[in-house]
Amino acid sequence: MAKRIEASNVSSYYGSFKAIDSISMTVEPKTITALIGPSGCGKSTFLRSINRMHEVLPNARIEGRLTIDEQNIYDPDVDVTAVRRLIGMVFQRPNPFPTMSIYENVVAGLKLNGVKKKSLLDDAAEQSLKSANLWNEVKDRLNRPGAGLSGGQQQRLCIARTIAVEPQVVLMDEPCSALDPISTLAIEDLMFKLKDRFTIIIVTHNMQQAARVSDKTGFFSIDKTGDPGRLIEYDDTQKIFSNPTQKKTEDYITGRFG
Amino acid sequence: MSLLDRELPGVAMTPDNIRTQKLPLVANLGVALAAVVVSAALVLGLGLGNWVLVIVLSWVLYLVGLLYAAGRVEGRRAARNRAWQSLIYSACLLAILPLASVVWTLVSKGASRLDGNFFGTSMNNIGARDANGGAYHAIIGTLEQVGIAALIAVPLGVLGAIYLVEYGRGKFAGTVRFFVDVMTGIPSIVAGLFILSFWVLIVSPWFNNGQPRFSGFAASLALSVLMLPTIVRSTEEMLRLVPGPLREGAYALGVPQWKTILKIVVPTALPGIVTGVMLAIARAAGETAPVLLVAGGAAAINFDPFTGNQSSLALYVYQQAGDASKYAPARAWTAALTLVAIVLILTIAAKMLARRNSLTR
Amino acid sequence: MGDYPSSSTNASAGGSGVTGRHARPAGTGVSPSSYDEPPIGGGGALPKKSRFSMEAGFRGLSTGAGAMVLVIIVAIAIFLISKAAPAISADTVNFLTYKQWFPNDTNPNFGIAALAFGTVLSSVIALLVAVPIALGIALFLSHYAPKRLANPLGFVIDLLAAVPSVVFGLWGRDVFMEPVRDFSVWLNKYFSWIPLFGGDGPFGRSILLGSLVLSIMVLPIVTSLSREVFQQTPGMNEEAALALGATKWEMIRTAVLPYGKPGVIAAVMLGLGRALGETIALALTLGTVFSISFNIIENGGNSIAANIANTFGEANATGRGALIASGLVLFAITLVVNMAARAIIYRRREFRDSAA
Repeated sequence: MAKRIEASNVSSYYGSFKAIDSISMTVEPKTITALIGPSGCGKSTFLRSINRMHEVLPNARIEGRLTIDEQNIYDPDVDVTAVRRLIGMVFQRPNPFPTMSIYENVVAGLKLNGVKKKSLLDDAAEQSLKSANLWNEVKDRLNRPGAGLSGGQQQRLCIARTIAVEPQVVLMDEPCSALDPISTLAIEDLMFKLKDRFTIIIVTHNMQQAARVSDKTGFFSIDKTGDPGRLIEYDDTQKIFSNPTQKKTEDYITGRFG
Repeated sequence: MSLLDRELPGVAMTPDNIRTQKLPLVANLGVALAAVVVSAALVLGLGLGNWVLVIVLSWVLYLVGLLYAAGRVEGRRAARNRAWQSLIYSACLLAILPLASVVWTLVSKGASRLDGNFFGTSMNNIGARDANGGAYHAIIGTLEQVGIAALIAVPLGVLGAIYLVEYGRGKFAGTVRFFVDVMTGIPSIVAGLFILSFWVLIVSPWFNNGQPRFSGFAASLALSVLMLPTIVRSTEEMLRLVPGPLREGAYALGVPQWKTILKIVVPTALPGIVTGVMLAIARAAGETAPVLLVAGGAAAINFDPFTGNQSSLALYVYQQAGDASKYAPARAWTAALTLVAIVLILTIAAKMLARRNSLTR
Repeated sequence: MGDYPSSSTNASAGGSGVTGRHARPAGTGVSPSSYDEPPIGGGGALPKKSRFSMEAGFRGLSTGAGAMVLVIIVAIAIFLISKAAPAISADTVNFLTYKQWFPNDTNPNFGIAALAFGTVLSSVIALLVAVPIALGIALFLSHYAPKRLANPLGFVIDLLAAVPSVVFGLWGRDVFMEPVRDFSVWLNKYFSWIPLFGGDGPFGRSILLGSLVLSIMVLPIVTSLSREVFQQTPGMNEEAALALGATKWEMIRTAVLPYGKPGVIAAVMLGLGRALGETIALALTLGTVFSISFNIIENGGNSIAANIANTFGEANATGRGALIASGLVLFAITLVVNMAARAIIYRRREFRDSAA
């Protein structure tokens, strides 16, 4: 059920500021793609463009084509809410709903979509929490507030919440940047497991992480502050980290830049 | 087969059905037109009411029709989203109506007596059939009462805020803070009754041969009770915004704490404090009930706030509103316009000052 | 506030900080980095006796000013009770259950029942009307309107809160009464089978008019407080809801409303406090009838505060005491409502601080 994503000449703007400039890339189903690059190079903007979260910000707009299985998600007759259901997102900082319990957090998306039967919700919650490697830790306190968990647990709760609505693609925007090494490892393990079912695109600042988890890696960069971000190189992770074609990529990977 | 596919085949989205129909604008307008026509026919045809009912009914019909039409075309969730959005927009329109009416009435009715006579004379010896009469005495009263109230409440309030921010620790400070908040909710009439039973009935007879005496000063006391919590709260907020390193800088130079507060902290927060004080003054100037209870109201000019009855603009509006003379409503509205002008100028000036305040930005 | 140490850390640090510094031999240079900052609450940092007395004096002065608030609240209760007690003991009927108000008779008979009923009824109706509209406007300002519109509109709403109540009262009596009377007549014609809208008239100066005027007056307070809490909803929670595929309204229902709920409850209770204590607007719009009736469109209605304003002029000593007694009841009611509202806000603040 995972789907292929194709971006062709995608440019995103905040008002008159161009954040990324004609990005083109193809992401194959059931792979993990890592986007790396220095701060402010437009990785997150590109990621948010893929599920149309970019346009939530005031004055934000986008140009170009972004298709999922040949369907352009920016066509005027496309339902934004459907796109976002189809392409789930995990954010930089864990953001469980503070007023909801662990259980309510996981089934929030399903409830929005009209699932009311208690037994179904229970099943879905258990499945999602198991998929997110969190079930054993929380099964005895499903009705406690989600905000009471540790940071790493909260992030896995958010992943469970995202996959509960059964998306095809999961976008992760620096999901481990607010977590300690052990929690980070847990999330990385989880990503390998989820790869069987979902297409995953992850933005990360941590190059070891990109090298560890991803099949393909895209390197973004900017020439100087104020310029739009560009995709410099996009290839197999193996190749990017061992033998990059571009000088800029090599400089960044070896730590000479950024 | 996934859970959503099984349960809600229409809802579970696949890349092949991410497209939806959007309700075209024409259909939207069509629903609106139909709602108006149907309700007009219903209401006027059956003689149920007048055009107001037509508008209300067509609005209801439009919302229902839109919910139904959008539900058919766009789906239940999108339709619900649309319906709530329309309700929220209508709430705004509904609230603007009375506001516009108040402003319009104030200007149109208040302008009739906006002349020199109104601002230059009092109500002394103005009979029921006398078209003249003014609010000079009331304006004097308002200025004196609010001025004295500010003289009492501002130092007390600022000091109280300094206590809460700089010295207050532990349970006692917490109690004080809580009751400052509670005190903001004390009805003005209760403040008036308090000053009535404390100052007018118990204290003032000591100075007046055993007779209770109304006075402008008593009104000032009541107004200062009302101003105090507002000033403490706003000043406290401003003092907390003063950056800590500024204090540390002074301490490091060996300046004692009280001097640091008076010479560094308070001046830094001053624009914000002034804003809060102006807002409190504006609110006090509009109070009627306490003045009615303890200043008594008067028709003649009385410059002395300590002896004899005084009036105030707000009280003047109230008393003219209750006056049977056919000229009284015009006086009431002009006084109301004057009062609103004073209060709004103070409020707007205070907010402008707040906008230029570097601490709050 | 920034990185400046907060109150609680200083409470204990005060004493030791002072002695520690004084214990250093004079002349030993203290480098800026090792200089431990004087605590805000720690009292005087300088050894000179004269300065210290200034310090103590100022500190005492400001503490006194802070305590003044408590003194005033207690004094309000004491003085109101002291003046109310003689009148209540002179009352020939039960003060709490009697409906009429004749405190100036030789055999004073007066009771708070009808007044308290009118006060609560008019305030509750006012809130039933105002709260949904206020929440709608608050959501419009925080989540629907473009910033260019939201800011000036919010400003106008704040200005509305500053308009004196006597102006609303005057407007209610001179302008708003007519449409309300027409509306009452219409209601009576078609819905007189509902007790609320029964009666044979005359209509107009009714609980309905007073409540509607009140609702316009509490609208700005509820709106601006709710707007504030709605705006504080963490953006990342809103984004989480949207990323799950929520529509705008669903986002508001999942993220904004639950987060703002305690704040909205507090705002409503503060609005209730304001409505309960409102005097002049009701004195000008209610029909001043001493009865307990759920009919909201017939001339009538009364409230504690409006009754004080209306009958204060002709009251004798017992009459004044009776009015003060009724004011005491109002004070108690509003005190309870306000304390409950503040307690909710405080609990929420602690919850938010501990979560952060």
